[in-house]
Amino acid sequence: MSGIRVLVGTRKGAFILTSDGNRERWEISAPQFTGWEIYHLKGSPVDPNRLYASQTSGWFGQVIQRSDDGGKTWAPVGNEFKYDGVPGTHQWYDGTQHPWEFKRVWHLEPSLTDPDTVFAGAEDAALFRTTDGGRTWRELPALRAAKGHLWQPGAGGMGLHTILLDAARPDRIFVAISAAGVFRTDDGGATWRPANRGLKSPFELPDPDAEVGHCVHRIAAHPSRPDVLFMQKHWDVMRSDDAGDSWHEVSGNLPSDFGFPIDVHAHEPDTIYVVPIKSDSEHIPPEGKLRVYRSRTGGNEWEALTKGLPQKDCYVNVLRDAMAVDSLEPCGVYFGTTGGQVYASADSGDSWIPIVRDLPAVLSVEVQTLP
Amino acid sequence: MIRVVLPCHLRTLARADDEVRIEVGRPATQRAVLDALEARYPVLRGTIRDHATLRRRPFIRFFACSEDLSHESPDARLPEAVLTGVEPFLIVGAMAGG
Repeated sequence: MSGIRVLVGTRKGAFILTSDGNRERWEISAPQFTGWEIYHLKGSPVDPNRLYASQTSGWFGQVIQRSDDGGKTWAPVGNEFKYDGVPGTHQWYDGTQHPWEFKRVWHLEPSLTDPDTVFAGAEDAALFRTTDGGRTWRELPALRAAKGHLWQPGAGGMGLHTILLDAARPDRIFVAISAAGVFRTDDGGATWRPANRGLKSPFELPDPDAEVGHCVHRIAAHPSRPDVLFMQKHWDVMRSDDAGDSWHEVSGNLPSDFGFPIDVHAHEPDTIYVVPIKSDSEHIPPEGKLRVYRSRTGGNEWEALTKGLPQKDCYVNVLRDAMAVDSLEPCGVYFGTTGGQVYASADSGDSWIPIVRDLPAVLSVEVQTLP
Repeated sequence: MIRVVLPCHLRTLARADDEVRIEVGRPATQRAVLDALEARYPVLRGTIRDHATLRRRPFIRFFACSEDLSHESPDARLPEAVLTGVEPFLIVGAMAGG
């Protein structure tokens, strides 16, 4: 029978939750890297036992850990993230230019074909790549030439948080940055261009239609339809049908179109999930009700999924990297909260159970469907 | 032989004992101690000092002989009691973050 491995990064360590394909009983590992912030863990699609983790600390900086046995044991690999050449400057809070400074890795995206190749999204925003299993990292510097001097940090920092790879077109990569927007390369990172047309940020930017500067919280795509992208922006849920050349709003009947994660059903490319949050100034669920919203029409028409989720007195947040899906039938959906719960649905979101309740604040959730 | 005490998280990361004893050539400075420490435990590179500038990370402190040496020049000679192994060189995670 298939199995599921859920990789959970938290403010105080990493946890691995495992279950068989029924997804009813879960085992929770002992904490790994206890006391460190684990921004993200992810496994290689071609070698599920090869895992990478971003381990960070305000005291001790960045460590990258690698496991070759599905998370039973780990070893630190390279942690030198050096910007290519003269780092240059970006927009700072006070309107001046500020030098790029490496702070941490927000997101690790293993290659779809090679377990030794991994992309890393960094704060201050930049894209790095290893091709030797994490031993060494090199920047893909052309990204920051895409009007990088106009990028500026959001309240949470200027992080590159989303990396989408395309199995059919290995030279195409999308990245998303807060607060700069979406960027696309079609030549393996040699050149990049902003892909933000149609985004509107009237409360955040002097020019609401600016080419860069939008606070994109997350983008997602179904592997079978990589030209269709979905986005949870700071405000607005957006959709692109032309690989990011243009975007249109699909917030529809959501109670709030502010939020952080967005994800796509494993088998239904038009079924998408978001978690509405009240507002940018109040990072809590509307009405104290934790609700996942599902659209089966690729946006605009949304239904609240509440069965098994707290429907009163709930004031947790769900961060951008804290939602994932498995590829079983029916599709499983998972998300973690800043209150330390990880909820799972084994029926595409119709009902939910907490598979763990009392972890530290959850920063990221990834799911591996094991043979 | 110089005795170096690491903070808990770095002991775990380096899989080192509570106290590490390292040989350092003369002149024995803060820089020489950290160079030797990182040579023995490469995983500590970047965790105490910045990779590129080799400056102390902001929330790391260096104590010895009841003194805060954090703001001393990295090339200043360490106290005699540290050089002779009577007192350890303490690498400390600063109180920060609540």
